[in-house]
Amino acid sequence: MIRKLALLSLLPLMALLNGCKLVVLSPSGDIANQESHLLMVATYLMLIIIVPVILLTIFFVWRYRASNEKATYDPEWNHSTGLELIIWGGPLLIVIALGLITWITTHTLDPYRPLDRISEQQPVPADVKPLTVEVVALDWKWLFIYPDLGIATVNELAAPVNVPIRFKITASNVMNSFYIPALAGQIYAMPSMQTKLHAVINEPGQYEGFSANYSGAGFSHMRFKFLGMSQQDFDRWVQAGKSHKNELTREVYLTLEKPSIKDPVQFYGSVAPELFSAVINRCVDSKDMCKSQMAAIDAKGGLGLGGIDALASKPSPYAALFDGNALKKQVVVSQLCTAKEAVLRE
Amino acid sequence: MFANLNLTQLIFGRLTLESIPYHEPILLATFVIVALGGIAFLGSMTYFKLWGPFWRDWMTSIDHKRIGIMYIVLGIIMMLRGVADALLMRAQQALSFGDSVGFLPPHHYDQLFTVHGVIMIFFVAMPFVTGLMNYVVPLQIGARDVAFPFLNNFSFWMTAYGAVLVMISLFVGEFGRTGWLAYPPLSGILASPDVGVDYWIWALQIAGVGTLLSGINLIVTIIKMRAPGMTMMKMPVFTWTALCTNILIVMAFPVLTAVLAMLSLDRYVGTNFFTNDLGGNAMMYVNLIWIWGHPEVYILVLPIFGVFSEVVSTFSGKRLFGYTSMVYATVVITILSYLVWLHHFFTMGSGASVNSFFGITTMIISIPTGAKMFNWLFTMYRGRIRFELPMLWTIAFMITFVIGGMTGVLLAVPAADFVLHNSLFLIAHFHNVIIGGVVFGSLAGITYWFPKAFGFKLERFWGMCSFWLWTIGFYLAFMPLYVLGLMGVTRRLSHFEDPTLQIWFIVAAVGAVMIFLGIVCFVIQIVVSIMRRESLKDVTGDPWNARTLEWSTSSPPPDYNFAFTPKVYELDAWADMKKQGYVRPETGFRAIHMPKNTAAGFAIASFSSACAFGLIWHMWLLVILSFVATLVAVIAHTFNYKRDYYIPADVVAKTEAARTALLASHVH
Repeated sequence: MIRKLALLSLLPLMALLNGCKLVVLSPSGDIANQESHLLMVATYLMLIIIVPVILLTIFFVWRYRASNEKATYDPEWNHSTGLELIIWGGPLLIVIALGLITWITTHTLDPYRPLDRISEQQPVPADVKPLTVEVVALDWKWLFIYPDLGIATVNELAAPVNVPIRFKITASNVMNSFYIPALAGQIYAMPSMQTKLHAVINEPGQYEGFSANYSGAGFSHMRFKFLGMSQQDFDRWVQAGKSHKNELTREVYLTLEKPSIKDPVQFYGSVAPELFSAVINRCVDSKDMCKSQMAAIDAKGGLGLGGIDALASKPSPYAALFDGNALKKQVVVSQLCTAKEAVLRE
Repeated sequence: MFANLNLTQLIFGRLTLESIPYHEPILLATFVIVALGGIAFLGSMTYFKLWGPFWRDWMTSIDHKRIGIMYIVLGIIMMLRGVADALLMRAQQALSFGDSVGFLPPHHYDQLFTVHGVIMIFFVAMPFVTGLMNYVVPLQIGARDVAFPFLNNFSFWMTAYGAVLVMISLFVGEFGRTGWLAYPPLSGILASPDVGVDYWIWALQIAGVGTLLSGINLIVTIIKMRAPGMTMMKMPVFTWTALCTNILIVMAFPVLTAVLAMLSLDRYVGTNFFTNDLGGNAMMYVNLIWIWGHPEVYILVLPIFGVFSEVVSTFSGKRLFGYTSMVYATVVITILSYLVWLHHFFTMGSGASVNSFFGITTMIISIPTGAKMFNWLFTMYRGRIRFELPMLWTIAFMITFVIGGMTGVLLAVPAADFVLHNSLFLIAHFHNVIIGGVVFGSLAGITYWFPKAFGFKLERFWGMCSFWLWTIGFYLAFMPLYVLGLMGVTRRLSHFEDPTLQIWFIVAAVGAVMIFLGIVCFVIQIVVSIMRRESLKDVTGDPWNARTLEWSTSSPPPDYNFAFTPKVYELDAWADMKKQGYVRPETGFRAIHMPKNTAAGFAIASFSSACAFGLIWHMWLLVILSFVATLVAVIAHTFNYKRDYYIPADVVAKTEAARTALLASHVH
């Protein structure tokens, strides 16, 4: 009777588990799929040790309870070379197996590595050209630039199914993490740095994407929809995007970059050239010197004390959020030549 | 320059009346409760005329036992604050779905998760662990105090003042909204120009000095002050783990100090170590903070492993299985804990080989940890297990911790970490090891050594209530987070869109309430035990029939711990003495050389904390004055030559005679 009641009490839990979608364990993209498979393999491998330990603990606790006079009591017993071998050797073997798996999967699932397959049975066709998306984590929204298609969107990302996607990722001011659980594992989006992610979506659908690294006040709403589409739908989506008159110029970007929360989805029919590279090099504002240029000057020995003359200050990007008198200015290096030259030089 | 000198600003810095958050009802209510509690405390101290004894016997005490107790009291008080923050967060996450925004705006919520992490690690777990080491280690090695008793008092006050600064931030200004490790650029001056991050920096700097000095102190104590005959391989396991932990502290905390100093320079004087512009690199900070942060995890858990080793062998009535491999496992963990820090940010985009290296080193740590687990297991094998409270905590730990260990190794596989990093799965994992390990272990240690410290056992009924509420509460609160993590829910969110998640957060909130009730029962347990102390009295000094030297002296031990320094011949020295028919000497006492109490530690810590408060608020006058005062106090203290005294032989004889009488009255 008690056992039946216990089973009954488990029912709601089972209903719960059925009701929710464990997206990490049943994703829709090949990379995330391999990652979830790896998760399961690693779990099973460890259960080989964990389950016996838990069972033995419970058994020993019950068996050697003080009230059980029948159990052997051997207060001086404290060493057994055989047991020590098993104690150290067993976990060692598991770790060797897991270590091998780790070494292999860390390389095959390296986010920087171009895909060699679309899905388990399907290698990447020779003629397919990957879709490049440049991702910028802004405060607190996502900007997606499609350099080959000449469009950009805010808070909505789309890709055709079974086409490799190549993400290049950076951020404007603070660190975020670019994560679409259904598609692939996450990678940080960091200001003045670029990370990469290669992935593919296998099933059409609407998926959740978000920042997985806390980035300030608007973090909770830093979400976007990721749309997996058939090629035709995607082409239509691109055309619709192109028909928008909005242009993502550098000036528009500088306004967009300002902190804001719950921004609606936006489309830009055209994008200023080299915008993404300017974001990474922190010179979208053409008055600022690009980091690449700064590095080139430094590589030639730098400007010495004269470099100080090039320093300029401007209001903090977060100026609007805080009471003015506490605010420090952002110190930057002024541009020495025109923005165009800087772009050409790269 | 002096023409536009503003006197108000010189004195008050950027502190204005608006900095006091009296318009926030939650904070106002908290303030009223804290103020009432404070007034009640101060009032009763005055009414019962306790200020004198409190100052003489506790605040200025350099006795390692009293300092150890003060650390633990600090930990318990701060645990109440930390768990209150946790309850608020759990409530917010259970309510804030869809159109409902809950009751905490991000401005408040983001401070909560920051301060919860900071308090629980620095001002709950660290004081528990340091307190246990402080109390137990000198007794276990047969010493009369630590190597540098004054420094010990100073260390405690620095830690306590760190906690005070965090508490002040609740009512004066605000705390950081950055997460407990305050990654830049978010914690930089541009994104966080207010006092929150400065409170964080200076609270940690002040407490960090205390921790570092206490680390040096305990290393020297263990290396130099062991009783004759106690070679390294005859040291109790708890002392071994304390030694390794303090080595970790001394090697890791300077990194924290340095990285905090660099962040301060960025914020105060405009350097660019971790900024986006002018060549700064924020990921350097992330590397450095985790070079401290990962060893910190082992700083917390190693002594706890020691606690479990003592408890499991005592209550199994048996020698510890595999002492030698236990010691080697501890040493291996100590070394390896420096080679794994990058596993906290596999998602930074390091190359596959770098990630693999750190993933595999992390897995390797699970081997010695697993060995320890098996050693405890086989200590129980062929034992006679008594289910006293410390043993129950240990059993709960063994079952809970292996689950946390397993999810930890999962997170160590880089490609698996990509889908779990920063998710609620990670939150569930580290609470699983910190609650299931450090907290259960601290509670096991506190209940185990409580009769030693106070002369009576902790009462069982309320202890059982606390135990079951904690254990069941833990599973209810954190198992749902594993599931949520697999559903792709990330951490530090104050609002959710998907209504199907809500039920899991409600279950987690119920679990958190149970944990809170568990803490309440723990406090009740202490109160009830004090009231029934006569019936719970331990007259033998060895209530558990234990094995190490601290149980050979009276409960509570006399100021001088041991009338005669014990001689050690075997591992588990006290068990060996009992077996050999040890007879307690009752004559021939001599005067005992002891260190003398001093107010210097409290004074120096007070001045330097005032300096920190001034730095937080840019009160430059206060900064200069308190800095000078700190230096003067330190120099003045070096001229204090009256640092020791002798406990006369007749006082020792009287104390020991009283114990003889007590022991005789209870011989059956």
